[in-house]
Amino acid sequence: MEYFFELFLGGLTRGSIYALIALGYTMVYGIVQLINFAHGEIYMIGAFTALIVISVLTMMGWNQIAILLIAAGVAVIYSSAYGYTMEKIAYKPLRQAPRLSALISAIGMSLFLQNYVLLAQTSDFLPFPGLIPDFEFMEPYAHIIGSPELVIIITTTIVMISLTFLIKFTKIGKAMRATAQDRDMAMLVGVDVNRVISMTFIIGSATAAIGGVLIASHIGQINFYIGFIAGIKAFVAAVLGGIGSIPGAVLGSLILGWTESFFTGYISSDYEDVFAFIFLVVILIFRPAGILGRSTAEKV
Amino acid sequence: MKNRLGQFLIVAVVGVFMVAAGTAMAADTIKLGVAGPHSGDLASYGIPTIKAAELVVKDINAKGGVLGKQVELLVEDDVCKPEVATNTATKMVSEGAHVVLGHICSGATKAAMGIYKDSNIPAMSPSATNPALTQSGDYPNFFRTIASDDAQARLEVDFALDVLKLKKIAILHDKGDYGKGLAEFAKSFLEADSRAEVVLYEGITPGAVDYSAIVQKIKRSKAEAVIFGGYHPEASKIVSQMRKKRMKTIFISDDGVMDDTFIKVAQKYAEGVYATGPMDVSQNSMAIAANEAHKKAYGADPGAFYLNAYSAAIALLNAIEQAGSTDYAAVTNALRTKDVETPLGKIRFDERGDAIGVGFSMYQVQKGVYVELK
Repeated sequence: MEYFFELFLGGLTRGSIYALIALGYTMVYGIVQLINFAHGEIYMIGAFTALIVISVLTMMGWNQIAILLIAAGVAVIYSSAYGYTMEKIAYKPLRQAPRLSALISAIGMSLFLQNYVLLAQTSDFLPFPGLIPDFEFMEPYAHIIGSPELVIIITTTIVMISLTFLIKFTKIGKAMRATAQDRDMAMLVGVDVNRVISMTFIIGSATAAIGGVLIASHIGQINFYIGFIAGIKAFVAAVLGGIGSIPGAVLGSLILGWTESFFTGYISSDYEDVFAFIFLVVILIFRPAGILGRSTAEKV
Repeated sequence: MKNRLGQFLIVAVVGVFMVAAGTAMAADTIKLGVAGPHSGDLASYGIPTIKAAELVVKDINAKGGVLGKQVELLVEDDVCKPEVATNTATKMVSEGAHVVLGHICSGATKAAMGIYKDSNIPAMSPSATNPALTQSGDYPNFFRTIASDDAQARLEVDFALDVLKLKKIAILHDKGDYGKGLAEFAKSFLEADSRAEVVLYEGITPGAVDYSAIVQKIKRSKAEAVIFGGYHPEASKIVSQMRKKRMKTIFISDDGVMDDTFIKVAQKYAEGVYATGPMDVSQNSMAIAANEAHKKAYGADPGAFYLNAYSAAIALLNAIEQAGSTDYAAVTNALRTKDVETPLGKIRFDERGDAIGVGFSMYQVQKGVYVELK
């Protein structure tokens, strides 16, 4: 039973990691029906920015928690700026173009950012300091769940609750929902659609950056390629939960995390990915729009 | 144009005569065959061996040769292809090679060995790592100055059983050719030994964001040590996660992990990790001299397997000197019984033809650096 519980928590951590990235995918898709393949790269850039800030601040001898918070703050701002700029450069000009063009543009953006970091930084793995301290009260449970994992799970919960709040109860959230339902109609009633889309990219990038910082300090290493693998998994999680739906992205991520964890724990890690994707296919056969996705009838 | 062609033909014909006359005149030489890829995609693996042989032979001839005779090189190309290698070997035999330095690729070596065996010619490869070449026992005339593919797995297992005296071992790999190959060897060695059992054998997904499930599984298996086949990015993640879960499981890995990046990334968690790696020859005076000679003669740093080839050439010629003749039984016996100083250290060959004293050492991370365990 303890083993089950350990795997459960391991899966929960993994799922939370996916969820922080998947939120960005699902929000952008919900608003502009675009699969933003460069989203994983924003996550990677967040981690790199944080690493640079951390190196500087550590040299100045600051307190560990202060460094973590400042690094996360700078990473969020910097990644949001990247997300905003990316939307203006790569997607806005293609807003009226066929969807395939925007998709190709997203893939191009992803490759561009990867190579940019590869050239501007390095192709090697860089050590990322584990800035989340080991809490004393966690010590008796450290063999089951570490402090960094706990922080990841709590942060994901907070981010998800605040996003839900933002979308349900604020003005910009209302505008987002309106744009997601019908962009032309929203424009007609006076919603500034461009601003809404920019905001979506900024919020999505910010959550990805938070994810980048937390995950990097949990795993302890980064390189220019981390965004690709994490991005693909998070994308799968978003589709599994129903792309466009925020609770769906979180649910999909957790299910994916648990599937991988239990499958590795009880059967074999050799076929971890195979099993995760079989599960995805099975779910999509029975619920083509994902678990919480609504299949909308095509408006004629 | 026609005239030019005519000239060329004359030169070619005269050239052939000169070569033929040359061989006829130098009938009383020791013939060292050098076979390997000297053209094509893999030429860069074969050409350093020719250079090594040239330098060794020049050196030895200047000192009076072997058994009072000058050494002559017979260089033949096999382009690393088994089907070409049989022709290369036949040609070597018909030209009267006494010993052969080669071949380079394992496949080509395997194809050529039968021909040398039938003609009683000892052959020594500086680079063919396929385990079966020595372990099958099919080629008693085969020797090599490089460790076979399973040498690291062998060392890891011996170290776990003899030095650490472990009973329960988990084997993980990254599903790649290199990592899985090593893991499979380690598993078969452990299964052949009754002192320890393999409690877990699994492949992990490289690049995954987190390995907590597999780490929990290691914990549940009660393994005392993990033998990991793969590279440092995954190794550092697994080690860190095990230590964060307060597990003291010993971690043993290969030369894919024996990399400073591993220590840089895993930091304090790297401490105590074992990894096999090539023996350190950078302090060997013969190795330094051999590299210097190459730089002087060719104006560049030596290429792949250069020191292995250099050592093989020395070992072969030394064996002839020691044996007092080029007789097959005497030469192979000398290779197996007489130590010889080479750039790879003092070496001798075991019954199967693998060099003793060449290959891998166990290293451990101590205070942030890899230290060779003697």
